[in-house]
Amino acid sequence: MSKVRVLVGTRKGAFVLTSDAKRKRWDISGPHFGGWEIYHLKGSPADPNRLYASQSSGWFGQQIQRSKDGGQTWEPVGNQFVYDGVPGTHQGYDGTPHPWEFKRVWHLEPSLTDPDTVYAGIEDAALFRSIDGGQTWQELPSLRGVKGHLWQPGAGGMCLHTIVLDPSDPERIYIAISAAGVFRTDDAGTTWRPMNRGLKSPDELPDPQAEVGHCVHRIAMHRSRPGVLFMQKHWDVMRSDDAGESWQEISGNLPSDFGFPIVVHAHEPDTIYVVPITSDSEHYPPDGKLRVYRSRTGGHEWEALTKGLPLRDCYVNVLRDAMAVDALDGCGVYFGTTGGQVYASADAGDSWAPIVRDLPAVVSVEVETLP
Amino acid sequence: MIRVILPAHLRTLAHVDDEVTLHVEGQATQRSVLEALEAHYPMLRGTIRDQVTHQRRAFVRFFACEEDLSHESPDAPLPDAVAMGAEPLLIVGAMAGG
Repeated sequence: MSKVRVLVGTRKGAFVLTSDAKRKRWDISGPHFGGWEIYHLKGSPADPNRLYASQSSGWFGQQIQRSKDGGQTWEPVGNQFVYDGVPGTHQGYDGTPHPWEFKRVWHLEPSLTDPDTVYAGIEDAALFRSIDGGQTWQELPSLRGVKGHLWQPGAGGMCLHTIVLDPSDPERIYIAISAAGVFRTDDAGTTWRPMNRGLKSPDELPDPQAEVGHCVHRIAMHRSRPGVLFMQKHWDVMRSDDAGESWQEISGNLPSDFGFPIVVHAHEPDTIYVVPITSDSEHYPPDGKLRVYRSRTGGHEWEALTKGLPLRDCYVNVLRDAMAVDALDGCGVYFGTTGGQVYASADAGDSWAPIVRDLPAVVSVEVETLP
Repeated sequence: MIRVILPAHLRTLAHVDDEVTLHVEGQATQRSVLEALEAHYPMLRGTIRDQVTHQRRAFVRFFACEEDLSHESPDAPLPDAVAMGAEPLLIVGAMAGG
């Protein structure tokens, strides 16, 4: 019988939640790395028992942990992230040049085919790759050559937070940076292009349609249709039908088009989910109601999913890496909140129940569907 | 032998329960002790000082013999009591909390 393993990163450790395919009863293990911030942990599609975790601390810096047994045991691997060459400067919050400095790993994206190859998105924004299971890391430096001197930090830091690998083309990778935007390589990271045409940021940028500088929060793709991308931007939910060459707004009837995560249903490439948040200065759900919104039409038309979710006095946030889906027949949808709850739906969002209510603030949620 | 007491998070990371003891070649200094520590516990590389510049991390301090040695030169000799193993070198994380 199939199983589901939910990997939860929090401000004070990692948790591994497991269930059978019914997804009614859950075993919870953790905290792993108690007391450390776990920005992200994710399993290899090529070997689901191979996990990578980003463990960091304001005191003691960055660690990368690796598990070969699905998170039962862990070993620290390489934690040296050195920018290639002389990194130069990007823009600081006040628009003056600021030197590139490594702060932490935000996102780990294992290769679709090789358990020893994994990408790391870091702050200050850059993309690194390891081909030896995380022991050593090398930057793909030409990304920062794409007007990197103009990139600026979002409020959360200048982080490379999204890495999307194209299942149909091993040389094509999309990344997103706050606040620089989306970039794509078609040659495995040798060269990159900005992919921000159609994005509009009138409240954040002097040129609302600038080539770089947009605060993209998350992009998502369905593996059966890699040319179609969905985006939750700082404001606006967007869609691209030409592999990022251009974007169109699909916010439609959402109560707010501000938010952080966006995910695609495992089996329906036009069914997408977002969690509307009131505004960029009010990081909680509109009207104190925690609602997931689902579109079955690839955008524009959205329905509120409320059954089992708190609909009064709820003022948590759902961060960009904290939503994921499983691949079971009744697609499971999962998200974690800054209030420490992890909610799950075993029916594609029609109804929800908390797996666990009182974890530290949840930063990331990933799901593995196991045979 | 040099005795070193690590902060709790680094004891967990290094899989040690108590203070660690190190054999240090030559004069006992912050640098020579940290190099021996990192050679023995490679998972601690980067947690106490930068891996490239070897600069002490901002929220880490070095105490010994009731003195704060954090701002001493990394090549200055440690107190005799530390060099002889009578007193430990304490590696301390800055206080957290309200």
